[in-house]
Amino acid sequence: MEKQREEMSLDEKQEAMFEKWLSPKDPQGNDLKFQSPQAEETYKERIIRTKDAIQMKKLPDRVPVFILPSFFPVYNAGITPQEAMYDYDKLYAAYKKFILEFEPDGHLGADMPGPGKFFEALDYKLYSWPGHGVAPEQSYQCNEGEYMKADEYDALINDPSNFFSNTYFPRVFGALQPFQALPALTGILEMYGLAYSFIPFGIPPVQAAYKAIMEAGNEAMKWVGTIMAWNTEITSLGFPNIIAGFTKAPFDVIGDTLRGTKGTMLDMYRQPDKLLEAMDRLTPLMIKMGVGAAQMNGKPLVFMPLHKGADGFLSDEQFKKFYWPPFRKVMMGLINEGCVPFPALEGHWDTRLEVIQDLPKGKTFWMVDQSDMAKAKKTLGKVACMTGNVPSDLLTLGTPQQVKDYVKNLINIAGKDGGYIVSNGAFFDHAKPENVKAMVEVTKEYGVYK
Amino acid sequence: MAKELVSTLADLKEKEALKIVEDRLSAGEDPLKILDDARRALEIVGNRFADGEYFIPDLVYSGEILQIITDMVKPKLAGAAKVKRVGKVIIGTVAGDIHDIGKDIVVFMLDVNGFEVYDLGVDVPAQKFVEKIKESGAPVVGLSGFLTLAYDSMKQTIKAIKDAGLRDKVKVMIGGGQITEEVKKYTGADAYGKDAMAGVTLARKWIGTS
Repeated sequence: MEKQREEMSLDEKQEAMFEKWLSPKDPQGNDLKFQSPQAEETYKERIIRTKDAIQMKKLPDRVPVFILPSFFPVYNAGITPQEAMYDYDKLYAAYKKFILEFEPDGHLGADMPGPGKFFEALDYKLYSWPGHGVAPEQSYQCNEGEYMKADEYDALINDPSNFFSNTYFPRVFGALQPFQALPALTGILEMYGLAYSFIPFGIPPVQAAYKAIMEAGNEAMKWVGTIMAWNTEITSLGFPNIIAGFTKAPFDVIGDTLRGTKGTMLDMYRQPDKLLEAMDRLTPLMIKMGVGAAQMNGKPLVFMPLHKGADGFLSDEQFKKFYWPPFRKVMMGLINEGCVPFPALEGHWDTRLEVIQDLPKGKTFWMVDQSDMAKAKKTLGKVACMTGNVPSDLLTLGTPQQVKDYVKNLINIAGKDGGYIVSNGAFFDHAKPENVKAMVEVTKEYGVYK
Repeated sequence: MAKELVSTLADLKEKEALKIVEDRLSAGEDPLKILDDARRALEIVGNRFADGEYFIPDLVYSGEILQIITDMVKPKLAGAAKVKRVGKVIIGTVAGDIHDIGKDIVVFMLDVNGFEVYDLGVDVPAQKFVEKIKESGAPVVGLSGFLTLAYDSMKQTIKAIKDAGLRDKVKVMIGGGQITEEVKKYTGADAYGKDAMAGVTLARKWIGTS
């Protein structure tokens, strides 16, 4: 009989998640049918190889290799980011070509571009995307701003959902501007007076906003149909999509999404207690977001893109006071539910490595961009598996031989005694296909553990 | 009191610094002197950043306090403040890229180190750099970029400068998240700076102020 969840150790909970990942389901919830026994075997080998690297209990058969691109599969297929965001058949074909051409042990799926018409329906402001602020042949880019004002911390802390729907949404979605007029849902309590609360829903602009939401929802459904079909086919061919979903470090929720870099930095001086309180309030929400995705998709890795904690963006003291404690709490919350937090250290994080190694061994997995790998191996690498560090400039401008030499060296340094997976360090758009291929090939040849 | 404002602002004590400015203004002091002290304080901030004592949030905060001081002083200014500048530098994030944090830090550091900075903003077309070089005569151009697409934009910008016959009149430095020595070679830039201070050092070297 299955053990009760409360009785399970952290190791057992994580193991159970990996077990689920080893038995994938199709969109109807039935056991997924692989295209061949060989494909099924390869799929399982890839996951076990990844699991062994992450858990650090025994050596994998060889160093696994992932490719973690941004828009590279799109350029590689000769289509534009705009086409990938608006023509789902082209998206499907481009990402399928990418997987079959490079055969990585792990990939991120085909959902990076997202559905263009969906963003249009909502008039999304936080990002510019091809044809909407950036050229058709370019990837989307973030428009940081103060979408939450300096004096709105209490509103966020008191009722985060209400703050998001009635204040944040009207600012980042042009089509949802009328949501400012929505009632507080927690005021809906008794028969008497109930109809007053629903008056806003009768106002034409609010009704128009709901129409936009339905239109966006329809487009999201259409797009996700493609994404699910793609995942099913690619999985059935033996290629695991490694991430279940994503969540964020609370400091980045405020820094990237709500207050912007500048606003958050000023808050550290002018209202540090409010900033800390708000992150505390967001922490359980971020845990729930990651755990929910992992349970729904039946796999352990929860991606966490990290931004404002990089070297220089905060002093050491600020990092230890503001960034690390809530970030660690989110990771521990995920670990406690059997998930494997998968943070990406974008840029340089050399000065943070000693601090962030305060974690249980074999429970987290880190993407490293440009940090010093030898130093990372001696610190964070003692308790956690890492991936990445193959540089963007090398993949874009180098030669296959240079890539091979670089990866061999990485395997020697970071792959020694396991705990390392080869991959690119930053999510990349442009690269020479032969260089990406060289990264995969050299790992498969040179990365075998004897 | 001059020293007081300089050190208070350099130590990022916002409330105290603003109080000093207020007191000095109501005492009828020359607003230009106040601005000059503020500028000296920011120079100290820049030095502390270069020494690794201060970090990006400290730069941002000091810039914010300076802005408040400038707004307080402005109504009392008779003419524009003339600050002696050591040389001109043009800066911008190249075409297709809209990232500004790194660029803004370089602008800040050049500014507090006495350079006249022409900040062209983000997603700057190559031609705009060319026009600004012609118009300002600046001998140094800094190209910023965060994405890999910037490699080609930088290359094209430098080519546009060359095609306009201006390549031997300017030195070009590049910088940003995924920029390296290899990218420098690819784009044909004169140098790559790994951080804001490297940008200042390059500008000093080329303009001959060090």
